[in-house]
Amino acid sequence: MAKIIVVTSGKGGVGKTTTSASIAAGLALQGHATVVIDFDVGLRNLDLIMGCERRVVYDMVNVIQGDARLHQALIQDKRCDKLHILPTSQTRDKDALDKQGVGQILDELQQSFDYIICDSPAGIERGALMALYYADEAVIVTNPEVSSVRDSDRILGILHAKSRRAEQGLAPVKEHLLISRYNPARVAEGEMLSIEDIQELLGIPLLGMIPESESVLKASNAGTPVVFDRESRAGQAYADTVRRLLGHDCPLRFLEVEKKSLLKRVFGG
Amino acid sequence: MDFFRRDPPKTSAAMAKERLQLILTHEHQGNMGSEPDYLPALRQELLEVISKHAGIDLNEVSVSLERKPDKEVLEVNVVLPRHDAH
Repeated sequence: MAKIIVVTSGKGGVGKTTTSASIAAGLALQGHATVVIDFDVGLRNLDLIMGCERRVVYDMVNVIQGDARLHQALIQDKRCDKLHILPTSQTRDKDALDKQGVGQILDELQQSFDYIICDSPAGIERGALMALYYADEAVIVTNPEVSSVRDSDRILGILHAKSRRAEQGLAPVKEHLLISRYNPARVAEGEMLSIEDIQELLGIPLLGMIPESESVLKASNAGTPVVFDRESRAGQAYADTVRRLLGHDCPLRFLEVEKKSLLKRVFGG
Repeated sequence: MDFFRRDPPKTSAAMAKERLQLILTHEHQGNMGSEPDYLPALRQELLEVISKHAGIDLNEVSVSLERKPDKEVLEVNVVLPRHDAH
């Protein structure tokens, strides 16, 4: 049985698609057959981040509506053959996804994959509910910023109430906190919520921390998940995150503040 | 002398954490539907009385009910303007 993991946050722009792409690619690089699904109907973007936008022929809605077979809609990644992408539709029909259709697709994917990563849209509307409904685990992407923390709390409430596991009284969805766009120097200056603050506020275990990094924008410009960039701190932090997701013990890195900020503090710079 | 009396400056991160703690507690109560019926009216009247006598911004006042295993704590948090701020 494949494990179904939703990447969600409530708030938009915190790094859900970046995270979905890098976690999926990281799992595939570790040898696990992985598919990443875009649930953002109407605003397809995972294909761009994964660099396969010109290879999209059919999408998830075509499959649900019976216009295409699942294998026709799946796109195999060119860098890693264990990795597949299921793009979403650009239809404006908000009801294009339903529990039954999504459930059938996930059932079929379970037969050939080890991990199914569901990239949730922002908000708490249908697309977000569909993305989290069947999840076994949830990665809550949070920025160290008040509105992101509040929205993460909100989405945790929805996971507790509206997921299949909650509705059927099964073991609860396993929750993981992933803090992204983190800047240790600003935390040291008291200008940014710390990892400990966010963990205390949300009360869920920490899966990883992705430092704010220029390499994330460069990776999305190029259509390469940043986890492939082994030189970058963000890429390495995603690789660590994937190892932890797989149950390995892996200490947090990139918490140190660069030396020069000490001088700045002394001279008030 | 004034220097010694001044509160240590609160960092903006500490402010963020404090505000989030208050609002998340408040929203959790709402989500669970456990807020007693009288609380919204009580909250509104308390706010009016405080602002009438202290003449302060209603946004500087928060009223929340915290549930502990053996009791409920009604917490009214009022930020008063500094005297020298007039």
